[in-house]
Amino acid sequence: MQYMLLIYENEAIANAMPPEQMGAVFQEYGTFTKSIVESGHFKSGDALQPIATATTVRIRDGKTVTTDGPFAETREQLGGYYVVEAKDLDEAVAIAARIPASRTGSIEVRPVMVFEGGM
Amino acid sequence: MTAPLSIELLYREESGRIVATLIRLLGDFDLAEEVAQEAFAAAITQWNEGAVPDQPRAWIVSTARHKALDAIRRRAILSKKQREIAVMAAIEERVAPAADDASAMDVVDDTLRLIFTCCHPAFSHEAQIALTLKTLCGMSTEEIARAFLVSPVTMAQRIVRAKSKFRAAGIPYRVPGPSELPERLEAVMTVVYLVFNEGYAATAGDAIVRRELCAEAIRLARWLVELLPAEGRPRALLALLLLHDARRDARTRGGEIVLLEEQDRSLWDGAQIAEGLVLVEAALRAERPSAYALQAAIAALHARAKRAEETDWRQIAALYELLAHLSPSPVVELNRAVAVAMVDGPERGLRLLDALAARAVLDDYHLLHAARADLLRRLGRFEEASAAYRAALALVSNDAERRFIERRLAEVTGPLRPSERC
Repeated sequence: MQYMLLIYENEAIANAMPPEQMGAVFQEYGTFTKSIVESGHFKSGDALQPIATATTVRIRDGKTVTTDGPFAETREQLGGYYVVEAKDLDEAVAIAARIPASRTGSIEVRPVMVFEGGM
Repeated sequence: MTAPLSIELLYREESGRIVATLIRLLGDFDLAEEVAQEAFAAAITQWNEGAVPDQPRAWIVSTARHKALDAIRRRAILSKKQREIAVMAAIEERVAPAADDASAMDVVDDTLRLIFTCCHPAFSHEAQIALTLKTLCGMSTEEIARAFLVSPVTMAQRIVRAKSKFRAAGIPYRVPGPSELPERLEAVMTVVYLVFNEGYAATAGDAIVRRELCAEAIRLARWLVELLPAEGRPRALLALLLLHDARRDARTRGGEIVLLEEQDRSLWDGAQIAEGLVLVEAALRAERPSAYALQAAIAALHARAKRAEETDWRQIAALYELLAHLSPSPVVELNRAVAVAMVDGPERGLRLLDALAARAVLDDYHLLHAARADLLRRLGRFEEASAAYRAALALVSNDAERRFIERRLAEVTGPLRPSERC
């Protein structure tokens, strides 16, 4: 079996953290990632940019509708995910618009965090 | 001597385009704006000393580039980061000599890039407007905050958030391709229209800043016409804005709203109307006139009437009907009802308004209640009229409009209805 572990947290808490504490948290993530890589559990995983960078894509009446921010429909539940390589947001949005659920639900497009020098 | 004036003019006319070029070269909104400001500041000192360059625009761009390189070098030295140094090398390459005299084509493309990026659909309307006014129009954060009646801190946050989304989300700095252009242009025109409306609709707040918003919207619309000559819709939008803005001096008297039919039409801007009328003609000849063209045509009919009584309400009502089909909205229906009342009498208009009111979609819109009140007043149904005026008063947020409704309410409850005066 494979499982996707979804990390939900309050961004405001992380934003308010002093740098040392933040550093400690990052270190903890590093240790955790390393441990599950070594134990063979790790498949893939990434940190995401803050919700302020999110764009939501929906197809309505055959038209691509993009809006600022994460989706906010409580009727919709997370049903899957893709990680894609795209040259810019426009390309990512065009790909998102081809996902069947974009016609009935919504696709949140959020850039993946890239850490300088890797982790 | 005349240098300060010409720098100010250059700033008004060119700062947006100069920033547009700098953003392409530097890939950074903040840095581009910062060095453009510094270059203009340097121009004020140096040009005042008599050293006015032959090509002021090119001088500003080139000065700004050098300042950008200095800034990046300083940053690179401070951070000692490999990445900053790599970025600098790339920019030095792009900014390199030859590029100093950007061709006219580059200026067009850069300006379009900036317009489409500021109005990218991944930004909220609020962010699009703020970014457009800040970077394209060169307005300060404080000015924009004052125009939109929010605190400078709120406006600054809005702008910072948008710029960081531009970077972090990978919003491209480019002109959309032909397949996306129609939709993306629509988004740009919406922003221009919203900027204009913000300046035009409200008379609260700083009157000068609001007037400036209308002027900036017109300038942006002119840019679109000039930069996208094959597109018909920007012409219709420009016509619409010009024809409405032409009435600006007649719309208020001593801070009070003057209704269209009561305006002193000699105060209307004749040159602007003439320009608008030519554009409307062209827009209406298009195969499928846009909603902007229809609205502009309505404004043109008002503009053509030398006196209020000469207004061609029949044609206006017909245009509103077309508009209701093209882009249905309760507000369009409200306007159509008012026009129908002018053609076929208040009774017919009131029937349409009552049908609209029954749908309860405009319950919170003070103008629906004010329009109903007005028709009831004209039918002599004063009691119902005063109730409708009161409903409008409870919803109106603009002071000048409030005073106008209060005057009308006093008319139907006052001298004509002494029994209700206590």
